[in-house]
Amino acid sequence: MGCRLCEVYCLVQHSRTKNIIKAYKGEYPKPQPRLIVEEKGHISFALQCRHCEDAPCLEACITGAMYRDKNTAAILCEENKCVGCWMCIMVCPFGVIGRNREGKKVISKCDLCIGAETPVCVKNCPNEAIIHEERK
Amino acid sequence: MAKRSPPTEFIIERDDEKCIACQVCVRMCSNDVHSYDTETDAVFSDSAKCVGCHFCETICPTGAITIGRNPSEFKLNANWNAQVIKNIIKQAETGGVLLTGMGCDRPYPIYWDHIVLNASQVTNPSIDPLREPMELCTYIGRKPDKIEIQITNSKSQIPNYRLQTLIPPQLKLETPILFSAMSYGSISLNACRSLARAAAEIGTFYNTGEGGLHKELYRYSPNTIVQVASGRFGVHKEYLEAGAAIEIKIGQGAKPGIGGHLPGEKVSEEISSTRMIPQGTDALSPAPHHDIYSIEDLKQLIYALKEATRYKKPVGVKIAAVHNVAPIVSGIVRAGADFVAIDGIRGGTGAAPTVVRDSVGIPIELAIAVVDQRLREEGIRNQASIIAAGGLRNSADVIKAIALGADAVYIGTAALVAMGCSLCQSCYTGKCNWGIATQDPYLTKRLNPDIATQRLVNLLHAWSLEIKEMLGGMGINAIESLRGNREQLRGVGLSDIDLKLLGIKPAGEAW
Amino acid sequence: MNYFLGKDISGCGLVGVMDQSGRRFSGRDIITSIACMRERANGLGGGFAAYGIYPEFRIYWCFHMMFESKSAMVQTEEFLRDNYKLVKDEIIPTKEDKYVRYRPLLWRYFLQPKEEKMKLHYDLTEEDFVVKTVMEINTQIEGAFVASSGKNMGVFKGVGYPEDIGRFYRLEEYEAYIWTAHGRFPTNTVGWWGGAHPFGLLDWSVVHNGEVSSYGINRRFLLNYGYSCAFFTDTEVMTYLFDLLVRKHKLSFEIVADILAAPFWDGMERESPEKREILKALRITYGSALVNGPFSIIVANSESMIGLNDRIKLRPLMAATFENKLYIASEESAIREICPTPDKVWMPKAGEPVIGRLKKQNG
Repeated sequence: MGCRLCEVYCLVQHSRTKNIIKAYKGEYPKPQPRLIVEEKGHISFALQCRHCEDAPCLEACITGAMYRDKNTAAILCEENKCVGCWMCIMVCPFGVIGRNREGKKVISKCDLCIGAETPVCVKNCPNEAIIHEERK
Repeated sequence: MAKRSPPTEFIIERDDEKCIACQVCVRMCSNDVHSYDTETDAVFSDSAKCVGCHFCETICPTGAITIGRNPSEFKLNANWNAQVIKNIIKQAETGGVLLTGMGCDRPYPIYWDHIVLNASQVTNPSIDPLREPMELCTYIGRKPDKIEIQITNSKSQIPNYRLQTLIPPQLKLETPILFSAMSYGSISLNACRSLARAAAEIGTFYNTGEGGLHKELYRYSPNTIVQVASGRFGVHKEYLEAGAAIEIKIGQGAKPGIGGHLPGEKVSEEISSTRMIPQGTDALSPAPHHDIYSIEDLKQLIYALKEATRYKKPVGVKIAAVHNVAPIVSGIVRAGADFVAIDGIRGGTGAAPTVVRDSVGIPIELAIAVVDQRLREEGIRNQASIIAAGGLRNSADVIKAIALGADAVYIGTAALVAMGCSLCQSCYTGKCNWGIATQDPYLTKRLNPDIATQRLVNLLHAWSLEIKEMLGGMGINAIESLRGNREQLRGVGLSDIDLKLLGIKPAGEAW
Repeated sequence: MNYFLGKDISGCGLVGVMDQSGRRFSGRDIITSIACMRERANGLGGGFAAYGIYPEFRIYWCFHMMFESKSAMVQTEEFLRDNYKLVKDEIIPTKEDKYVRYRPLLWRYFLQPKEEKMKLHYDLTEEDFVVKTVMEINTQIEGAFVASSGKNMGVFKGVGYPEDIGRFYRLEEYEAYIWTAHGRFPTNTVGWWGGAHPFGLLDWSVVHNGEVSSYGINRRFLLNYGYSCAFFTDTEVMTYLFDLLVRKHKLSFEIVADILAAPFWDGMERESPEKREILKALRITYGSALVNGPFSIIVANSESMIGLNDRIKLRPLMAATFENKLYIASEESAIREICPTPDKVWMPKAGEPVIGRLKKQNG
């Protein structure tokens, strides 16, 4: 419904303290949400990495930093291998990869909230607009 | 002074330690109360615009917002209280009729809170609903005076019975609670969808109200009661066919004597096509049906509808509870109605003049009691089912209504609260933040029918379970044995005449 | 007569014996049987109904009256003479019994409705007329109560243990083909003569063990059909329900059992489609006649005796047969006390009626 609470919770999940008040007011540099809400008129939806089956970013990565996690099948980026060439950003058809704005020369993208049971955007959307499900 | 606006009702209290300036409240408030200032990187609020819907308070991720009452007080005056003064100021400003939404909020006595229920102790065992069958199944419709059964081959060991009497069409309810009439227009399509789906899932019915039936909802017709109101909005052949029953709306508890009112702001394109009226115009239903000026005209309409639907569906009448409700209902039953819905003074609405909502009508408790007694005295109680409506808040109210004599109850406000409403009474503005009483697509999105349906189902499920518990406590295992059984009720703190009208004894008195 | 107008709630014990061939037998047996269940009563009420006891007067209506005072008797007789031809009236013979205290005046009248009165009430059958006059006496004449108003039958009841009441009324001297008996255990402090069971109207008599939780609505349902319940007893409501459903609506006893102890909706699903349709129609129409709450009743009229339990059998009832005789009682011991070797003994299920019928005789 265009509230952008998904962005808020994504930011908190990827912060250092994972505490909403400290993340917004205390942490420097300010943590970065990995999704964005697209809006036009009354139509709005949250857009994050689709974790595509045939992911172009996986192909484009020159160092092999992009890999698919064996357990969750999510596309993740190994930060110490990423050189910040931005090829994945350019090749992503959805435009969901961004540059890290927290001071490191690496990319920033949805990681399906590693370590959490359900991705926090799904869990916290007040209108249950985001669904995470297996598709065969 | 030329311009004087009444003091605001609510004050927004924002806890600065908790506010993270995420701007969710800014984005969500349809009344533009909150705004973000980029210079100070802070959110500030204009309390004057707040209607008290609590949407921002609910959605704030840190719980930083509290909606408080404006402490600014007028000098204490029992006669000229703050509300009265503000109303006069508003009317002096605008010269208009004061509109409001939802039901009467005046402190008239609530008889439900003065009625207590019985339980079995020693002389009669109570029944445990979790271990034994407890029946809430209810049938709405005209019942025959008696049953004739033909017994063929009675000489043989097992005689063959054949039913001779034809039972008129009935509605079968799994629980004695239905969703009250709320028109598509006063509430959003998502809200209508939720009511329809919940009714289908539980096995009860919802009412289209006077807004016609949206094409998408035709598939829920086995659970739909279609309403024919004075404006005849959306009434055509398929509409009548689509209902499982037809209800002629003569009046409603929130505004007896006047017609429905849908402000032009809420008449969108979809509403316009469903109601068959031009877009953007106020939809004002006329006060009476202009073809029903007397009881014989009503009889004509009832039978016209029955003919049109080949006598296959129950046709009933909805009226507001007014002073002469007992003889009126008696007349309606004799005019051929299969059920009569009576809406008390606490009934809700999307828009009504405040004075009418608050001063016209009588409480439903008294209405059901006198109507039920009167119909029994005349020997016609079985000819129509009675549905009680008007501010029933919980399962205790429902069970008391049934014990006083109703066959079933309609819930309106309670259903909306289940879907998110917080009774801010601003429905007529069309800016309902919860996506219920609005047609604005930005806002209607917020009511997810999947979630709202589940909440309504949960509500009815919970109430049904509570009713079963109370029935079991009274030693009764079928709702028919409670219907009209006033021996199971006692009054506390009621006057003699109240007790007499309600037909119940005072607490402390035995059989 | 201690006239406590509070609703009677019964604990109690019941017995009914019927000889289906119509052969009459003495009241001795029934007194023995009910005495066996003494613990079920508390001395605050006992009573009997007997059918076939006045063969010489079998065509006349017999009213068993209780009068609290002589003036009540005078007033009632005036009323009766106005409406009926008084064929015979006499005191009901009783024996001294130290346990039966405070006795009202007990009188019986053999009556026939006056022709001109029947012409005046041309829309009423003779039975309706009798019902009307009985209700008038009960509600309008202070201190008078009609205990029974049938032909060739009578109700004998009072405050005391049933075996004492039976001996008081010298029931061993009467012969009837149906006897029913009842011992009361009311939870109100005072019993009164009119409130003991059986409750009688026309040739109906009902003895009842139970408490009807649906009393409030059953009573109002009857109001819809013109019966006004003046006595706040469950038994009155039962009697009127039988009168309405059997006499006026002409339904069979099996059907009436399906109304008063209606089967559950779930249970109906397991029946055949025709039966299910009938059960559903009955429940929809007569839902307010469903008697909820525990009960065992024995109902009798001139041709039958019926025993019935509530829909979840919360009170005991046993039945037995021996040759032509049918026995129904709260306890098997009460049956075996007077019939040591019955042919068949069984426990009726919830809502399953036990029906004894008089075999049709010639003449």
